[in-house]
Amino acid sequence: MGLVLEKLAARFGPEIAATHSNFGDDTALVRRERIVEILTFLRDDPGLLFDFAMDLTGVDYLGEEPRFEVVYHLYSLRMNHRVRIKVRLHEDDPVIDSAVSVWSGINWYEREAYDMYGIVFRGHPNLTRILMYEGFQGHPLRKDYPKAKRQPTIGPEE
Amino acid sequence: MAVNRARDGAPGYALTTLESMVAWGRKYSLFPLTFATACCGIEVMGALGTHYDLSRFGAEVVRFSPRQADVLLVAGTINYKMAPVLRRIYDQMLEPKWVISMGVCASSGGFYNNYTVLQGIDKIMPVDVYIPGCPPNPEGIIDAVVQIQKIIETGAPRAAERWPIK
Repeated sequence: MGLVLEKLAARFGPEIAATHSNFGDDTALVRRERIVEILTFLRDDPGLLFDFAMDLTGVDYLGEEPRFEVVYHLYSLRMNHRVRIKVRLHEDDPVIDSAVSVWSGINWYEREAYDMYGIVFRGHPNLTRILMYEGFQGHPLRKDYPKAKRQPTIGPEE
Repeated sequence: MAVNRARDGAPGYALTTLESMVAWGRKYSLFPLTFATACCGIEVMGALGTHYDLSRFGAEVVRFSPRQADVLLVAGTINYKMAPVLRRIYDQMLEPKWVISMGVCASSGGFYNNYTVLQGIDKIMPVDVYIPGCPPNPEGIIDAVVQIQKIIETGAPRAAERWPIK
């Protein structure tokens, strides 16, 4: 276990469901309730200083429970280290607190995850679709989105 | 069009109809609007350039205002988000107007069989000439322009008159 995960486990022990460091990539699976606290700690702790939220994405593990997963990829420009934070979300309640208050740059990533997977980020300042248009039906990167599904067009009725 | 040249050097005369006279003028002054959204647009540039020289067929004056264009040349992938924009441009063009669907993406969605790409622009507008290819080469564009000229010359019905296709 790397230094980052040790500090995280010492501070938020009960919140962390699992960790691994496969191929040197520190990863922590955490519970969603105190995610903003965890991310703020990662950003502000003098030994961690994760000042760069490189990516946020969703994953759909269709057939598993919990079904959805939110993945944060964090990097520290000053300390030159990385960590990956994962949170699992249930299908009937895919809601997690927004991290925009921690890194404002994560705004559009959360909108993308909302657009593609329907994951709701509570407290997001503008949680609207970012790639698809407003009238789009469904969330296209969900594994149960039908491959042959077509959107209504403005043309004549078929 | 019947032409009779007098043998004694006096001015001759020509017999024609107003429709065919207008069509003759129209077919050599097609103003295309290139709606280029993908690599097909590069081939359009090649067709308009000096080597293939689409101006030989009177169709080199590209108008990016739909109010001034006769032919809508849809060159590239049209996704659902772009479809209302394309339809608006088609509606803004003045009659008579023709539509060329260039490449497989515009014609049928091509290999973009996914959640975001419109599966052929003929779902939202009538198309007079389809150009196959991915992308088509400039000869295909020239051929399509000549096909449009034939439609004008013969007075063949435009696609708008038999659309939507059932």
